[in-house]
Amino acid sequence: MGQHPFHDVAIVGIHNTEQARVLEGHDDRSISLQAALGAIADAGLEPRDVDGVIGPFGNDFLYQARIGPAWRSLSALGIPALLDGVTAIASGMATTVLFATGGAGTYTQRASTAPWTRPTNEFVAAYGMYTAGEFALMARRHMHLHGTTAEQMAHAAAVVRNNGHAHPDAVYSGRGPFTAEDVLASRMVADPFHLLECSMTSEGGAAVVLTRADRVADLRQRPVYVLGGGTDYYGPAYQHPPLWDLGGHRRPDLVAGYVGRRAAEEAFACAGLGPNDVDVCEFYDPFSFEILRQFEAFGFCGPGEGGAYVTSGAIEPGGATPVTTDGGTMSFSHGGAAVQLLQRVIRGVEQLRGTCASMQVEGAEVAMCTGGGSGALFTDVVLLGRERP
Amino acid sequence: MTLLTPQAGDIPLPVPGALSVPYWEGCAAGELRFQRCSDCGGATHTPAVLCAHCTSTDLVWEVSSGRGEVYSWTTIWRPATPAFEVPYVPLIVEMEEGWHMLADLVGCEHDAVHVGLAVEVEFFAHPGGITLPYFHPRR
Repeated sequence: MGQHPFHDVAIVGIHNTEQARVLEGHDDRSISLQAALGAIADAGLEPRDVDGVIGPFGNDFLYQARIGPAWRSLSALGIPALLDGVTAIASGMATTVLFATGGAGTYTQRASTAPWTRPTNEFVAAYGMYTAGEFALMARRHMHLHGTTAEQMAHAAAVVRNNGHAHPDAVYSGRGPFTAEDVLASRMVADPFHLLECSMTSEGGAAVVLTRADRVADLRQRPVYVLGGGTDYYGPAYQHPPLWDLGGHRRPDLVAGYVGRRAAEEAFACAGLGPNDVDVCEFYDPFSFEILRQFEAFGFCGPGEGGAYVTSGAIEPGGATPVTTDGGTMSFSHGGAAVQLLQRVIRGVEQLRGTCASMQVEGAEVAMCTGGGSGALFTDVVLLGRERP
Repeated sequence: MTLLTPQAGDIPLPVPGALSVPYWEGCAAGELRFQRCSDCGGATHTPAVLCAHCTSTDLVWEVSSGRGEVYSWTTIWRPATPAFEVPYVPLIVEMEEGWHMLADLVGCEHDAVHVGLAVEVEFFAHPGGITLPYFHPRR
């Protein structure tokens, strides 16, 4: 076997700005740039070391720091953006890549759901659809097919929220602990999802810095490596019926309900690993059901077994596959339209450094980080590791 | 218990695109239209340039029976905007011709919905100037 495709790439800097329900005085640009500086400092680098940028405000950063001409990607969504940076370095297009993202000041009309949850598409908007409803239509189908229960989904939400309860920097730090009964007693948002099964809305920034693996000896942090990754998409989110059985002619065995399975297969194949090798599951958690669904989609359990899996003790701290150890979008932060899609990567890096402020998994060697979800018809996967591949 | 009715308030209304004009013209005429492939016979929705079954570009508009069954549903209690009366019940309907669409349920109590419920289209001329399809239980 030849050299691993990401042998020469290392994640060396990460940063979360303050995360809060509202960050007065900030907008998307200012909080993204603050996150950028934090990640560069975390790595022990200077702005002038960056020769590649990703994200909507990467171009602002390279102008302000006068580091052009530089490589640039417009990618914005967490893991795909990270993988753009990984491939840019692996292919020699860039040496040190910054991906910064953030959200602030865009959710002002609070009588409505957040603007990024409400598509203007002609086939959904007039029916009052927003993200919770899209994901609820997927969850309801799974309940119909497999008998998945509200209690099972509520349990998954309680586990994730209790991790955030214990994280000092979570927006909802100290807001718990919760039982499944507490979750089911919260008001209904989009049946079957109660309030405490839904992501929050908040503001904040996040950033990551990648560089060549042969440079890590000079840097501040223990490097973390990319063992494999993949992205699965079925079409534009929130424009078409979120059909569990939506299929594709190239892989008729896969349906949109299990979006992410192909991405996970590819990531595991690249890493030479399988689900049993994963020490910590930093799964994206827009709604409780997505936790169950991902354990099925990625092969940790069989179809329809997600409910039993998440109530088996496996996903709690100390279990075989602890999940979303900072509280995720339900409790840590959902900083805007896209920033939260990078949070799982940041937490995976912290878990492998051994520095996660809540629910650190002792000796974690491999982290599986994800983004997206069935209701949005996409799921992205990346496997991170302590050892250079 | 809440009798579900069409949303008559200041809700976001569809802006037809180049591909979907025949669909919305059909609604205004009391017809639920979808695209039928002249090559393979398959049905396609939402409006497209490619057949979902064989990628043929030879699609022709056809009028649906308007009948189908609930494939999935949700009851929304936190509205997308204050213009929506709650609760409302978005459905995915599996139409008799084998295609799926999203619309809200009307004409029954909100808790009458279940997967497999037989439904039929009805049309509501919104005061904003566009006619929207909804579904009610088949009687």
